[in-house]
Amino acid sequence: MEDKLVIRGIEFKSRLWVGTGKYRNFEETARAIEASGADVVTVAVRRTNIFNRDSENLLDYIDPRKYKILPNTAGCYTVEDALRYSRLAREAGVSDLIKLEVIGDEKTLFPDTPGLLKATEILAKEGFIVLPYTNDDPVMARRLVDAGAAAVMPLAAPIGSGLGIRNPYNIKIILEQATTPVIVDAGVGTASDAAVAMELGCDAVLLNTAIAGADDPVAMAMAMKHAVIAGRLAYRAGRIPRKLYATASSPIEGML
Amino acid sequence: MKLTINGNGTEVKDGLTVKGLLECLEIEPARVAVEVNLRIIRKDDFHTHELKDGDSVEIVNFVGGG
Repeated sequence: MEDKLVIRGIEFKSRLWVGTGKYRNFEETARAIEASGADVVTVAVRRTNIFNRDSENLLDYIDPRKYKILPNTAGCYTVEDALRYSRLAREAGVSDLIKLEVIGDEKTLFPDTPGLLKATEILAKEGFIVLPYTNDDPVMARRLVDAGAAAVMPLAAPIGSGLGIRNPYNIKIILEQATTPVIVDAGVGTASDAAVAMELGCDAVLLNTAIAGADDPVAMAMAMKHAVIAGRLAYRAGRIPRKLYATASSPIEGML
Repeated sequence: MKLTINGNGTEVKDGLTVKGLLECLEIEPARVAVEVNLRIIRKDDFHTHELKDGDSVEIVNFVGGG
């Protein structure tokens, strides 16, 4: 059965998207990403090391012909900075995709939603395919789409917290009203969290720390791959309703 | 002339273009974006854009991130 994720005409093979941060080295990054089956990888934009040209480059390990590179604006606290990083990212890369972050608070890394909305509007007009990292607020999700976002990426919990989906009901409401894909971004801690996101009906899950920070990132990458596939299948299959009392699975008829 | 490259004051020869600067620094142009005085220089313009004394140059690339 055909079940592809498409955003603005771009087809995605995998519903698991992964970050490339916090790995011990590039070799481990490459192995974990390969094991995850993801075809989208997020990257950050930073100053090139001009003093040590022997230092290796991430793209030596993550082939941009094989993976869709999704640059982020992580670390940006103002609209101005987010625009600057987005434009640099487009110039350094090969596509109009941008994972837009405008951060509002250092401790929680929660988004500054008024700034996010403004930046989304400006970048969408400039032809970017804007994927904003937002909170789990259904009203904001709608406003972002009205402003030109190609998808919305509500957080499950704070970035790197591993708390899982703290407010599944809000995610459900965001999904109910969605006219674009919804991708849960941030806060996933383990495979069951990713499965829950997919069972709710999310179109994809984006995570980084849950894999990179695991004792065995390659094994966790495989677990996430299967969790996302399982969660998606379960969503499409349609789960049974929850009931308080038992219903026997074996027939009464024929009993002695 | 003096340039500020990624926040570091550096002396370079006069009349250097962006392409020339990247060559001096042994940086592969395909994988970077360059900003001069907050203005992005398109890759097509690397070989024609001449740097001036006092220019502030930012050279960025992709690194691991979430």
